[in-house]
Amino acid sequence: MIRHVVVAVSATAMWATAAVADSIKIGFVTTLTTPAAVIGNDMRDGVELALEHIGGKMGPLDVEIIYGDDEFNPQKGKQATERLVKQDQVDIVAGYIWSNVLLASANTVLDAGKILISANAGPSQLAGEGCHKNYFNISWQNDQTPMALGKVLNEKGVKSLYVIAPNYAAGKNMVAGVERTYLGNIVGKDMTKWPDQIDWAAELSKVKAAAPEAVFIFYPGKHGPAFISQYKQAGLEGKIPLYSVYTLDSISLPRFQQAAMEGVMGTMMTQFWAPDLPNEQNKRFVADFKKKHGRYPSFYAAQSYDSIFFIKSAVEAVQGDLGNVDGMRAALEKADFPSVRGEFTMGPNHYPIQNFYSREVVVDEEGNWTTAVRDVVLKNHQDPYAADCKMR
Amino acid sequence: MDWILLAEQGLNGLQLGALLFLIAAGLTLTFGIMDFVNLAHGSLYMLGAFVGATFMLWTGSFFAGILLALPLMFVIGALLEMTVVRSLYQRHHLDHVLATFGLILFFNELVQVVWPLDGLNVPFPARFDGTVELAFGIEYSAFRLMIIAVGLLVAVSLWVLVAKTRAGMLIRAGASNRKMVSALGVNIRLLFSLVFGIGAVLAGLAGMLVTPVLGATSGMGEQIIILAFVVIVIGGIGSVRGAFIAAVVTGLVDTLGRSFLDVLLLAFLPANAAEAAGPALSSMLIYLFMATVLFLRPQGLFPPRGG
Repeated sequence: MIRHVVVAVSATAMWATAAVADSIKIGFVTTLTTPAAVIGNDMRDGVELALEHIGGKMGPLDVEIIYGDDEFNPQKGKQATERLVKQDQVDIVAGYIWSNVLLASANTVLDAGKILISANAGPSQLAGEGCHKNYFNISWQNDQTPMALGKVLNEKGVKSLYVIAPNYAAGKNMVAGVERTYLGNIVGKDMTKWPDQIDWAAELSKVKAAAPEAVFIFYPGKHGPAFISQYKQAGLEGKIPLYSVYTLDSISLPRFQQAAMEGVMGTMMTQFWAPDLPNEQNKRFVADFKKKHGRYPSFYAAQSYDSIFFIKSAVEAVQGDLGNVDGMRAALEKADFPSVRGEFTMGPNHYPIQNFYSREVVVDEEGNWTTAVRDVVLKNHQDPYAADCKMR
Repeated sequence: MDWILLAEQGLNGLQLGALLFLIAAGLTLTFGIMDFVNLAHGSLYMLGAFVGATFMLWTGSFFAGILLALPLMFVIGALLEMTVVRSLYQRHHLDHVLATFGLILFFNELVQVVWPLDGLNVPFPARFDGTVELAFGIEYSAFRLMIIAVGLLVAVSLWVLVAKTRAGMLIRAGASNRKMVSALGVNIRLLFSLVFGIGAVLAGLAGMLVTPVLGATSGMGEQIIILAFVVIVIGGIGSVRGAFIAAVVTGLVDTLGRSFLDVLLLAFLPANAAEAAGPALSSMLIYLFMATVLFLRPQGLFPPRGG
């Protein structure tokens, strides 16, 4: 009898907590240890600023963020994701810097019937045949930014190109992307071991021997500055222009400035966002981020900031009823929220259809090194894998 | 075949070899003489990079930084030997692995607590910034050339130390028969501290030399320690001469593999298969090389004599 009462009471209690679930738990996976943690910290700063701007609320719910550390390692990222899904029982999982980490972790979230939002990684595998109704990307598909860069190279009249990128999911996409649009001749291509290889002596010697008109690289995080300083040391700076994607950002530029490496000034890159994009949401984000942290936000921070507003739009659409996954999904597909990139739409494969801009490294009015938007290179651009996506 | 490229890649291989030798020399001595497996030898390389970079930034000079940091590395090495390593000699190899793996975790965390999370960067010394013109139109990085020179210099001085001095005689004797050396009344504990300190100085020097190129970062030791083990296994454990030759060969195999394997594969395979297999195979190449050496000469190429 007593046992029955206890069961009844606890059942009522459980039901009660379910009914008055007045908070949403968001798991956010990023890199918080290893030197790559500078990226993860920037993302966390973006998330925290977004929480301040929305007053810690999404519709009727309080927001609780639980961070997971991927330790810059796909296996550890999967474990962190499992903890968030099974132990912390989060409602939505977001984050992910690295494509290989996201690919290792995605099924853990999707098999649990939860919504997964990538705030950076945009692997082709999840954009085409492997797309999923509960997976959304709020950044870009990996191929797109280098596709824009390929177009910039064509416009600059670059006839021969040497490509160097790390040999992992994102690196392969980046190379495929530039190959899609670049019309000139690719005279050499090296895929280096990721993330172990940080010395490019052999590759740079090959570049010198091949004498291309330009070099294209993709080296995110700590690898970027190391590559560029070795490029200079090898005597290539000023001789062969260096083009990059996701290599020079608001995290690395202050360090280049510190080291007085003037050679990066004027370097061209492409991206979907820039700190100087003139829309209201972006002005507020960049100004408040600079005020709070005394530095420019990186694109990682911008995407993380966006992801919180993105989730908020879905929670508000279902009035905080987190059990209504269908309703949330429908809202996410509309992507009806103020984005720091300005207007964009969500494509049928749940990757954004958006503009890509060319950016140039410049000095701002306060003397800090940053980037300035130059042109729209790709307008309302959809990734090349969308056609292969049949939602499951 | 582009001969200038080949020569340049040869120099790149030598440079990697010089670096590997600095790390492997200490590793092979501690393994050969003390029979101690030190996975944390890479942490000494990392500590060298951080301590060196700190002094370089403080003094504003690359070489002054190194001169100040080297004695400190000796002290760190000797202290590590006296506090932690000494109590492990009597134990099993697996205990060495476990304990020194713990040291790796400890040091990786330590540098993140003491120094900035993303490590330290130092500029190239002005005198070695840029390239120098060598014979036959070969243009090569002055800094990397300097690393090769330092590697050779250390190799020669280490050879003098080991082959021509009394301390070196004891080290050699220790490598071939430890028990006999201590039975003859040699203070083996002091010798061990000395050798460990020298190993720390050499690994630290390697770390200092690469900071302008790679920066000092937490976890940088693990990227090179595996290669260093490959080198001492190929060279013969306990042999400094073997470590030198194996380091140069490993550096060359790795670099030349990375630069020419894809071209070579194109001769046999269709383009996209060669493109996929190239990077995978070139990162395996030195391990294949090690396996071959172990198959033909299990004791390594130049095992220490006697024993």
